[in-house]
Amino acid sequence: MDKSSAPTPVDQPSDDEGELTRLHPNYAHALRVQAALTAIPFLIGSLVLETAFRDQAAFPSGIIAGPVLLIALALIIRIPARRYHARGYQISADRLRVVRGLLWRSDTVVPFSRVQHIDVHQGPLERFFGIATLTLHTAGNHNASVALPGLEEALAREMREEIRAHIRRESL
Amino acid sequence: MIQPQRTAPISVVLGAIGSIRSAIIPAIAVAFSGIGGAGRMLVAIGVVVAAAIIGTLFSYIAWRRLTYTIGEQDIRVESGVLSRSARSVPYERIQDVSLEAKLLPRLLGLVAVKFETGAGGGEDLALTYLTAAEGERLRRLVRERRDDGQQAATSTDPAAPSTSGDADEGDVLFAMGPRRLLRFGLFEFSLAVFAVLGGLLQYVDMVTDIDIWNGDLWRGWLEEQGTIIASLGPYAQAAGATAGLFGLALIGLATGILRTFARDWGFTLTRSARGFRRQRGLFTRTDVVMPAHRVQALVIGTGFMRYRFGWHGLSFVSLAQDAGNESHVVAPFAQMDEIAPIVAAAGFHLPDERINWHRASRRHRDDTAIISALPFVVAAILGAVLAPLGVALIPLGLAVVMAGAQLYAWEFRRHAIDPEQIFSTTGLMSPTSRIATRQKLHSVEIAQGPLARWRGYATVHLGLAGGSFSIPGIPLKTARILRVSILDTIAATDYSQIDAPLDQAFNTDQSGLAANLAAT
Repeated sequence: MDKSSAPTPVDQPSDDEGELTRLHPNYAHALRVQAALTAIPFLIGSLVLETAFRDQAAFPSGIIAGPVLLIALALIIRIPARRYHARGYQISADRLRVVRGLLWRSDTVVPFSRVQHIDVHQGPLERFFGIATLTLHTAGNHNASVALPGLEEALAREMREEIRAHIRRESL
Repeated sequence: MIQPQRTAPISVVLGAIGSIRSAIIPAIAVAFSGIGGAGRMLVAIGVVVAAAIIGTLFSYIAWRRLTYTIGEQDIRVESGVLSRSARSVPYERIQDVSLEAKLLPRLLGLVAVKFETGAGGGEDLALTYLTAAEGERLRRLVRERRDDGQQAATSTDPAAPSTSGDADEGDVLFAMGPRRLLRFGLFEFSLAVFAVLGGLLQYVDMVTDIDIWNGDLWRGWLEEQGTIIASLGPYAQAAGATAGLFGLALIGLATGILRTFARDWGFTLTRSARGFRRQRGLFTRTDVVMPAHRVQALVIGTGFMRYRFGWHGLSFVSLAQDAGNESHVVAPFAQMDEIAPIVAAAGFHLPDERINWHRASRRHRDDTAIISALPFVVAAILGAVLAPLGVALIPLGLAVVMAGAQLYAWEFRRHAIDPEQIFSTTGLMSPTSRIATRQKLHSVEIAQGPLARWRGYATVHLGLAGGSFSIPGIPLKTARILRVSILDTIAATDYSQIDAPLDQAFNTDQSGLAANLAAT
């Protein structure tokens, strides 16, 4: 692999092996609540079906609602924890690395110098848990916006300022 | 100059003609259908006259209410009859100015002026129908104003040759004469004409009494024809079939040639101090200027047949769009030795012999072969169990073909990296190459599906403004090394930015990107 022209900055170790920073633990809770909210309509639907077919002969009760409930429990209890552990980020002097995905892993690095604008976004759920989503927008068609959810709100704002300072320094 | 101006008055006529044109097919349909009984001819004429009057009225009002202002900093267009809208585009956000003259406006000496801002979609600024001279003047003006805004930047433009003076006169880099067009057209074999015919049939079906999709109609016709054919001898039948195929081929070739001539007649690509300028078109003449430093990447494509004869096509990827395509075609049909100078003029270089090509992972090759063959294998098993003997052989054969194709495609799937650029080639029978500058990339992603994680390979997606660039199925370790070296290039550019004045390349990114934002 030819990398002769690219002087590796001294303070920049190759960041692939580096330790990922975990997201705020509240993010797992937020994911859980979100999963629960998503599951509720399905549970209600299955209960409605259940009552509709109740009078039918040879229809064991719970054949619809049971599996739905099991899947919902798995989605609410197990999956958010795993998703939380699959996510992470790493911030260095000039770039941000975002890792996400349980089955489909994605590992994205955005250099600050290529950031167009920065969003810090909080939905109602995120506000309740005191976390925020940091989104970096780039000009590339792929990864036009890279979102990093589950940061503590103060940290997200701090990171935004840091990245913004970096951009300003560049464009002087 | 600061006064608001109107577009050419004659565009009112063009607007009216446009509405007549859209009314003419319904009018014909009315005339030949059963609607309206004996008076239907009158109805049809009425439709056309009404369209003409309404069209003229509307386009006159729209013309009255649309003004454009060439300001100090920007171009402002105010339009709208009931709800007014005012759009302002600063000069430095304009990616390129293209002039387009469709057949009718061209006869009247008019052009449509489009200001590309890189916003994508239909959000760009367009002035429909200025006189050709006014369009040319406007283009020059925009260019001058834009350069005033970034004097510091352009003075260090490394790609531009030091020619001064008239910006539009430059060296002809690539041109296609009628002979070349004819050859190009032969490779553009197309049966699209049948799709058009199908569409027309459907239209006829919709507005007339003839029920196209009624099977009996066709069956009757086929039986009639069938008896005629059956009455002929076997030789005559074979001759008929051959003639039919020959006719089909002829129609396909003719379509290809006609389309090529209409689209690419008088194709000229020139390189001037300001950038690349492309003119083409027989009926619709377009004239596009692309600043050289806005070129983000190159794509060299080809086709199955033309590749055998060494013909390739070159396109520029930039934020601006070209008639709905994401990249600008700059040499649609050329030999590699003709493409090389264009590539050099754009500030890129082709991979040379010394470059170290890397192939995709062998595991990825095996996996894609298995996955692509899998549905056919399943079908073969089902066939073996359920269908009569021998049927299973068809999907089995297809499975072998699919797997073989994937194994063969691996031969062409490779990438390479050198100090300035990154190359990637894919394609089974007709390789497509992409060349991107490492500096002009915006992000690097390593993506892995479950299978890829298990087998240890990954796809690298590079963030490219105005296009996509990904390298599939390379070993995870290679992907990591690739990413580190690309990121270091980007980082290295940045460090030099802190002290030095704005470099052209960097400035390109910034203004290009900002254009994206400004337009959203």
